[in-house]
Amino acid sequence: MTEPLLKVEGLKKYFPVHSGVFGRVSGHVKAVDDISFFVNEGETLGIVGESGCGKSTTGRLLMRLLEPTEGKVYFNGKELTGITKEEMRKMRRDIQMVFQDPYASLNPRHTVEKILMEPLNVHNIGDPKDRKKKVYELLETVGLSSYHAKRYPHQFSGGQRQRIGIARALMTNPKLIIADEPVSALDVSIQAQVLNLMQELQKTLKLTYIFIAHDLGVVRHISDRVGVMYLGNMAELANSEKLYEKPLHPYTQALLSAVPVPDPDFEREQVVIEGDIPSPANPPSGCRFHTRCPYKMDICEKVIPKFAEIEDGHYAACHLYEESRPQ
Amino acid sequence: MTERPKVLDVKGLKTSFFTDDGEIPAVNNVDFHVREGEVLGIVGESGCGKSVTSLSVMGLVPSPPGKITGGEILFQNRDLTKFSEKEMRDIRGNDIAMIFQEPMTSLNPLFKIGNQLKEAILVHRKDWSKRQAHARAVEMMQLVGLPRAEELMNEYPHQLSGGMRQRVMIAMALLCEPKLLIADEPTTALDVTIQAQILKLMGELNERLGTAVILITHDLGVVAETCQRVVVMYSGKVVEEGPVDTIFKDPQHPYTRGLLASVPDMRFKKDALYSIPGNVPKPGSIKTGCPFAPRCEHAWDRCVEETPPLYETASDHQTRCFLYDPKEVDSRDRTTVES
Repeated sequence: MTEPLLKVEGLKKYFPVHSGVFGRVSGHVKAVDDISFFVNEGETLGIVGESGCGKSTTGRLLMRLLEPTEGKVYFNGKELTGITKEEMRKMRRDIQMVFQDPYASLNPRHTVEKILMEPLNVHNIGDPKDRKKKVYELLETVGLSSYHAKRYPHQFSGGQRQRIGIARALMTNPKLIIADEPVSALDVSIQAQVLNLMQELQKTLKLTYIFIAHDLGVVRHISDRVGVMYLGNMAELANSEKLYEKPLHPYTQALLSAVPVPDPDFEREQVVIEGDIPSPANPPSGCRFHTRCPYKMDICEKVIPKFAEIEDGHYAACHLYEESRPQ
Repeated sequence: MTERPKVLDVKGLKTSFFTDDGEIPAVNNVDFHVREGEVLGIVGESGCGKSVTSLSVMGLVPSPPGKITGGEILFQNRDLTKFSEKEMRDIRGNDIAMIFQEPMTSLNPLFKIGNQLKEAILVHRKDWSKRQAHARAVEMMQLVGLPRAEELMNEYPHQLSGGMRQRVMIAMALLCEPKLLIADEPTTALDVTIQAQILKLMGELNERLGTAVILITHDLGVVAETCQRVVVMYSGKVVEEGPVDTIFKDPQHPYTRGLLASVPDMRFKKDALYSIPGNVPKPGSIKTGCPFAPRCEHAWDRCVEETPPLYETASDHQTRCFLYDPKEVDSRDRTTVES
């Protein structure tokens, strides 16, 4: 088997909580707690989960926009977690990010041309003439026109701004793009346009995506494999068809059954789970889902279930499947 | 089946905002009605006028710059547009209640939940004692499935989670047994598992109390699951209206069809998503013709020149599109052949 493009091993991020007059550390928010996964070249890995599950933190850790507390990230066989900040800055040529809010992630005082040129200046790619050419080229690639280069972000609609965000990520010819909720701020009709664009670009430019989102329909549409996160843990990870057709983890089952489907005749087995998502500052012991799980057993309160391969390529962290696991 | 009486009947509603750029009609000639005990969905994308419609009904359009410039809003056969502010205040929260998208901004962070609930009762029930109001508030909190209702009365909004706050808002809206509940994107700020809880609750309450509900949302899945009838809005106009079954199974307006086709379905993978070309127009930017014409693949000269009326296309189903004009049958055949 070929080496995956990105490999994550035991990644953790604990944010300290300060309290009292002296700001002593009184605890930790375990935003990401021991997750492992890999992404193959040319595929799209979707990461879904509800608010506070750590999916965005994960994206930022991979880019080292946040420093991981523990764990290793390998990109193309090279360890990203051990290198210096300067080396990491150079690595970001190959790993780029697209953000959720196209209003906040583009500098309102810069023209589109300047915004798009910035990554080339930072990484010292080409001469000014080449850079300009590249800007016009990419504007066309993402479905805008070269005359848009002289305009400012506020002159564009939300969908167009997200296209600019994507163009900026593509300026350095990256291998991997981490997209953090790239379409959640957009209207349905515009969302479809941006999703189609991302799929087209993936085909023509042979990109690899990590697609972070909360919308399960969108994630199924775009992903080859999907990981489901809950309270800082990876609950389940499988090929997207398997995950949606035959979810193993009770949380995935509940999550899928909670999504409203645009078909009035659709009858489902609804597993409405009770209660709220616990606070990541004080997560439940054992399996973090045990407080809301309909299949809770005694062991779930005490022992953290291992994230293991249950079927071929289908990983889950749940005590229900502990026996069937290949030894 | 005898038709239940209409609780709300909106006729030719026009709400405009007066800005430096002139009059911008956010809601332009909108008609719809809600019957007793019915759940009506209003769907549309941002800027289509769905929220301004609901604010107009509640008499909450910020004025200036906004103003209702035409039409009637008949609530139990009385025209709300003619009501004074004082009369509206008696209606609001009493006969018509509203829930908003963001429960945190709708609750006052400085007052205990209990006081806020009691205030809402005492404003409208002047002869009630505080004790009665307290009992009623606790009763409603239990009805909406809030645990430890008595204790929650003494807590502040920030101590609750998003889902619980939205339950408090629903409890507050139902305190005075309103005839009509307007819910403006009530679950948009919530996570899916919590959204499922809230939608289930609203469905149960609608069945048990018989309160008519207007659910305003952009999420077609939510509409399919909770509403009986649907109004689709685009650029300040109703473009299609009909029972939920026919809207989803046999959508007629090209916009509705495009919208439904662009939603990724969680149940199966489509190869490529259909996407409507172009952008949502700015309110008021399209003055003549069908507002959807610039993005419509069926549009022809007439669509740009005149504004289509609503055509009755099936029983209870209306569509604002010239494709359904009986006089245009030839051209309708033409487009079906083409597609």
